[in-house]
Order: sequence, then structure tokens, then C-alpha cells
Amino acid sequence: MTSTLNPRFTFDTFVVGAANRLAVTAGRTVAENPGSAYNPLFIYSGSGLGKTHVLMAIGHAAKALAPQLNIEYLTLDEYVEAFHAAIAAGQGDAFRRRFQNVDALLVDDVQFLTNRKEMQAELLRLTEALQQAGHQIVLASDRPPAEIADLDERLISRFSGGLVVDIGIPDYETRVAILRRKSEERGSTFQPGVLETVAKNEFPNVRELMGALNRIVAYQAVNDTPINAETVRQLLGTTTVASPSVGSATVAAPAVASSTDEFSEFLTDVTVTVGKAVEAWRARVAEAVLRWEGEGYRTGRLEKLLDQETPAAVDEAIAAYVLDVDRLKALEAEVAALDPQAAGEKVFHDPDRMDEAESAAAKVRDGAAPPPGPSAAFPFDSYIAGPSNEVVLSAARDVIAKPGKKYNPLVVVGKSGLGKTHLLNAIGLELAKKKGAIVACLSTQGFVDELIAAIDGNRVDWWRARYRRATALLLDDIQLLAGKERTQEELFNLFNQFVDADRQLIFTAPAHPNTLEGLEERIISRLEGGLVAEVSEPDKELRRNALERSLKSQHVPMDVALLDYLADRPTDSVRSLTGIVQRVVEAAAAQDAPVNAGLARDVLEGSPSARRTTGLRTSGIVVSSAGGVRSREKMVWDWPASSDRVIEELR
Amino acid sequence: MSLVNFTSREITCKIVYYGPGRSGKTTNLHYVYGRVPETRRGRMVSLATQTDRTLFFDFLPIDLGQISGFSTRFQLYTVPGQVYYNATRRLVLQGADGVVFVGDSQARQLDENLESLQNLQSNLLEHGVDVRTMPCVMQYNKQDLPPELILTPPELDDALNFRAVPSFAADALHGKGVFETLKGISELVLKRLAAGSPA
Repeated sequence: MTSTLNPRFTFDTFVVGAANRLAVTAGRTVAENPGSAYNPLFIYSGSGLGKTHVLMAIGHAAKALAPQLNIEYLTLDEYVEAFHAAIAAGQGDAFRRRFQNVDALLVDDVQFLTNRKEMQAELLRLTEALQQAGHQIVLASDRPPAEIADLDERLISRFSGGLVVDIGIPDYETRVAILRRKSEERGSTFQPGVLETVAKNEFPNVRELMGALNRIVAYQAVNDTPINAETVRQLLGTTTVASPSVGSATVAAPAVASSTDEFSEFLTDVTVTVGKAVEAWRARVAEAVLRWEGEGYRTGRLEKLLDQETPAAVDEAIAAYVLDVDRLKALEAEVAALDPQAAGEKVFHDPDRMDEAESAAAKVRDGAAPPPGPSAAFPFDSYIAGPSNEVVLSAARDVIAKPGKKYNPLVVVGKSGLGKTHLLNAIGLELAKKKGAIVACLSTQGFVDELIAAIDGNRVDWWRARYRRATALLLDDIQLLAGKERTQEELFNLFNQFVDADRQLIFTAPAHPNTLEGLEERIISRLEGGLVAEVSEPDKELRRNALERSLKSQHVPMDVALLDYLADRPTDSVRSLTGIVQRVVEAAAAQDAPVNAGLARDVLEGSPSARRTTGLRTSGIVVSSAGGVRSREKMVWDWPASSDRVIEELR
Repeated sequence: MSLVNFTSREITCKIVYYGPGRSGKTTNLHYVYGRVPETRRGRMVSLATQTDRTLFFDFLPIDLGQISGFSTRFQLYTVPGQVYYNATRRLVLQGADGVVFVGDSQARQLDENLESLQNLQSNLLEHGVDVRTMPCVMQYNKQDLPPELILTPPELDDALNFRAVPSFAADALHGKGVFETLKGISELVLKRLAAGSPA
């Protein structure tokens, strides 16, 4: 399970330069005093700069100084695999014991901890245990701890708590030194200037430098003649091949031509030309493969091209591939904004599975429909103004004019039926008219239910991202948060983000926030921090306006007496006014009578006509409500037909 | 003739050294022969008259080994320069991928040079090849002769190189300019294969 240390990777074979001196010194110190110098030691660098080498060198050095030490080197993937195998075999404890007994643990490629919560937890536990026992941990990664995506804060702080060193790209002198060391190791000797020429190329990492060395070693071995600096230049493609001038200018042959080299120069020349001509497509494909592989994309499709003899339309294939990758990038970016968790999926790095990526993105897109918006049934114009809601309304206008700037949050309090929900939705509708606005407007109950569903579906990240994109959050009936601890927690976080970003928050509540029970103090104090505006019971003017509109909407002809009568009736909410109008209008329709004050009085204060139904035989006596008989109980309304009674008695 | 065979992964270039008699075509080949490692060259076939003039043609195969996965071979031919061997010249020219025109830099040979150039053009035409489409370089040989006897490369360019092809000053006897010429023609020939129109 554990990798063995590669015997070639020791400090002796590591060429030290300015860029890696700190890492090597730290490594040596750690090897000499495991567990006491820098614990943990965290080494990071780009690929191919010697992380693994240093890591293994530490292992070798520590082992050489104290052979009894138990040293484990492994990559994170191996660690994960071992852990999973142990868990599957029911040997989790044994696994933990095994690693807790290691004197020095060397873990490579720690960056793969991304998106592995359970491994992070496991590693955290192990790090703690090892540190407490004074055992050394050395970690290597391609980026510093803080940049490892999704890494647990506790791990970041632990990793950073020891020593974090990086290995940079070797400078020219180091490159020459590396080349000398490596060519010596291979027993190859070169003419003076050859290695220096190679080193003049700025290789992004040592691995590519080794690749260049391999090429000249191989070239020299094949050609039986020592390679020279010029050939190296051509071989590595660093200068253009000297081409004969075209036209009248004549190229003078070099005055002194080393005769032995003429053929190899010619060969190099031809090689370069052939390479450019015949195999140019191969180079282009290989280049594309390297590039996209480096960016983490699957390149199976391009590799298949390389297997072919003469693939048709190579450039088109590459272009199509690049297009696909661009599309994947776009999809991934889109998905990342909607659902960070889904963006990590592998399909977004495999251009051979475009369809799957598209459908995955579509799924996320569907799922990530914007949060519920305000209802169109409550336009702002239809909100009836009056002295009783003047304050709230002016605050609402300010909020609409400058969302997030003036009153944030705005808390509308008032009893049920006074139009809080109407106002909330109305403001939401106005806010949504602004460019780029995403207004989340929903009931607190809906908010809680969504969160529960998200927790249930294991997509809280998605849920959060969805609200984080909103430019305004409007929650109705905030008191329903009482006792919903998790929702309060989420709302608290959202709240802070919104306020920080000057995005508007509006809530409604039946009473002043500080009188609401079951809300956390931090939420209450934040609600109080904005503007708490109260909607009071409707005044007469407002009632009149409301009635007028209500009647108009029922297509009832305007009747001042009716309006006055209804507006004078005491009522505690606008909603009940609407109910009254509804009752009167229905009664009128049933009686096929016009809606007027008299009818309204009949309906609302009790009138015989309201109960009358057609189809029943009656005595024909209709007592007017003006007749003074007010008690329905004292009147006989339905007389049985006498013939019915006669037949009944005959039986 | 297919220059690049993708199926057998072979590249074969036939390069013909053309020019008037005694301009140094065979000398070019001899010099090349002397510089190619034994493992890489085939036997040089040279049919010469008693006076050591090329009777039929010289042939030098060079195996450049695997280049980018293609086994690459160059075949260098010379034609007999003497006027009366035109049938042979035409034969050798058949299927050529590139021509090196080896001119004699001596001032008194200018007419022979011109005549040979015209001959090259007409022989190519016989094969249905337009000289303008044939990769071609000029080599002005014998530049080592005393300056009063020879024309300078710019003068020769003016006189002979009316298609403005790459030209090289050379002293084939001592090897000066020989490989430069070969490189020049190889590059032209191989570039044509990049253009995807093997001759």
C-alpha cells in the first residue's frame, strides 16, 4: 500500500539552487530532528520542480540517521485507498493505529484533499495524533494550503502552523548544474557549451529540462558524433533553421566547416524540416494534448488521432476539441455559480462526454431556477395609501429608489390583514424591475421548507448559492422562524452577506421584532438595526379608498351612500373590508338586486331578504326590514300548503 | 511518384544534380559520400568514361534513418553533363523531386551554363513538369578559382538565376557549400510535402 522510497531521490542527487534552498534546508532539518523542528512541514511547488524528490530525500536522510525510525511515504490517493480498503475490511481502527505509530509520515499530492470531507476529517485526526505524539509530518502539494479548494479551516491552520515552504523554478545556474549532474549520472559527456545552450531555455520545470537532456543524449548516442551547441539549438527548436536566402543574395558557405559535423547538421536540418512538414500535425496534436491535459481535461479524443496514420482534418478536430473545452468551461462556470458542488463533477472536464455535461448543466440550471419571486397579484399601484400606512409607504418608496442603501433591513410590522404581504410583494415587484435584479420574495415557511428539502437532498450548497445570487431578499412572516435554528443560522449568514453587499432585505412580522419569541438574539438585533415600520389599522380615508377600489373591481356602479355606509363600519383590517364587499355583492347577485346601501345594511346587519330562496312556496308575506320587525325568530316564514296537510291527515 | 508514403511510413527524395559538363556535379556527390557515416550510405554507383567523365549517371543513396517515425531516404543522382547524353539526362530526371543546378562559375563557361539550363527546362517539359513548380536551387561552383577567371555569385545570379531560387556559392572539391546546397534543396523538397502536393 505504501510506496517505497525511490533510492534515486536523495538530498545528494538534489541540485540545490536559490529557488529551492529553503525547502531543502527545512527538509534536512526535519530529517535530522523529526517531530521537533518544523511540524508539519508543508512543501508546495508547481509540477516537476522536486516536491516528491525532497519528500523522499527527507525519508532517506531520516532513515540514514536513525534506521529504527518507522517512515511512511505515500501519496494522498494511496492514503485514501488504504483508508477505504481498511474501512471495507472493518479494520478502520487498525488503520488508524498503523499510521499513528509512524515516526515520520510523508504525504504527497495533498491537493487532492479537495472535495474529500471525510478524508480531511481523517487526516485532521491523524495530524493531531501525530503532532501530540511528537511524530513528524511532511506534506507536499502543488499549491499552498490556503489555496487547496474546499479545505477544512482547521486543516489549513494546522498545515500552516508548522513551516510552509515553496520550491520555485530553477534559475539558469541551477539548470546548468542540474544538467551537469544528470549527464554525469548517465555517463554522457558533451562538448563545452552544449549543456549551457540547453539551460538557456527557460523550462517551466525540471522534468522538461530532463526531457531536453534525454533528447540530446539520445541524439548523440545515435549519431556517434559529439553534438555541438548549434545542433542543440536546432534540436530543441530554439532558433530557426538557417535557411538559404531566396533571391539574388547568395549565401556564402561558412568559412570553416567542421567536416565531421556536416552530415549531422544536414540530418538535423532534415529532421527539423520533416518534423515541421510531415509531422507537424502530430506536434500540434501532442501540444494540444499536453496543454489540455495540464488543465485537467480528458484528451482521449486527441490521443486517438495520434494513433491514426493520416487522420483527416487534424486542425478541425483540434479546433472542435477546443470549442468543446470552451463550452465545458462556460458550463462549469455557469454551474459553479448555481451549484458549487456540481461544478466539481468530472463530466465538465471530459469533452468526449459533451452531452452528459450539457444535460448535467441543464439539470443544475433547472434546479437552480431563481429563488421564488414576488407575486404579480400585488402591484404597487394597487396598494391603498392612507394616513395609517404613510410611514411604511414612504419607507417602501425609499427602498425602491435606493435598494440596500437607506433602510436595510426594512421590517414591516402590523396585524394580520393590513396589507403587509401586499406591500412586501409590491416592493418586490418594483425591485425586480431594475436591471439584473433577482428578487427572492417568499414566505418564511416556504424558506424553511426549501432548506429542509435541500438538506434532505444533500444540496444545501446549491440552495445557498441560489439565494446568494439574489439582489434582494423579502421574507414574509419572519416570526415563523421561531425555533428553526438551522434556518436562523442560514438566514443570519445570508443577512450579513446581503447587508455587506448593500443588497436589500425586507421582512414582515406581526409585531415588533423584539417581542417575537423563539428568534435568536443576533437575528432580532439585526432586524432592529434597520427600520421597523408599523402598519396600523386602516383609517376612514383608507377604508373608503379600499372599498371604492374593491367595488370598482366587482363592477358595482358607484354609490356614495353605499360607500359611506360601508366605510363608516368599524373594521380592523383591509382584508375584512374586501370580505364585506364580497358578501354584499354576492347577496345582490343572488337577489338579482342592485348593490346599494340598503341591501348592504340588510346583508351586514341581518335582513330577511338575505335568507330568502327561490323555489319555496311562501305565504307571500314579505316583511320589510323597515317595518320594525327585527327578530327573525318571532316570524313564521314558510307556511305549509294546506292541501299537503289534508292529504297527510287522511292517511 | 509518391514522395511521402504514409502507409509504409517512408519518405524518399530523389534529388538530381544537373548542370553543364565538368561543372562539378559528381564532385558534389563524392564529397557528400565522404561525409556520410558508412552505416548511412549505400554504395555509390558511378559509371564513368575512361577520361573519368560521367557516362551514365552517379547514384548515391543516403539513409537518414527514422525521422518523426518515417524512414527517410535521399537519393542523389547526377546527370552526364555532355550534350550528347541527353537521353540519359532525360531518363535520370524522371521522377525527380528536386534539382540542384550546378553551374560553372568560370566566365567562359557562361554559355554552357545557359545551354544546360535551357536543356533542363525542355527535358522537364518532356516529362510534363513545369520547371517553375520543380524545387530547384543553384550552386555556383569553382568559386575557389582566381577571381579574374570567374564571375561572382551576384553576377551569376543576374545571368542565370532568373527564377530567383536559392543560390549557393561553392567549392565542391574542398566541400565548401556542398552541404549547404544539399540542405537548401532538401528543405525545398520537404516543404513541398508540407504543402501536400508531392510531385
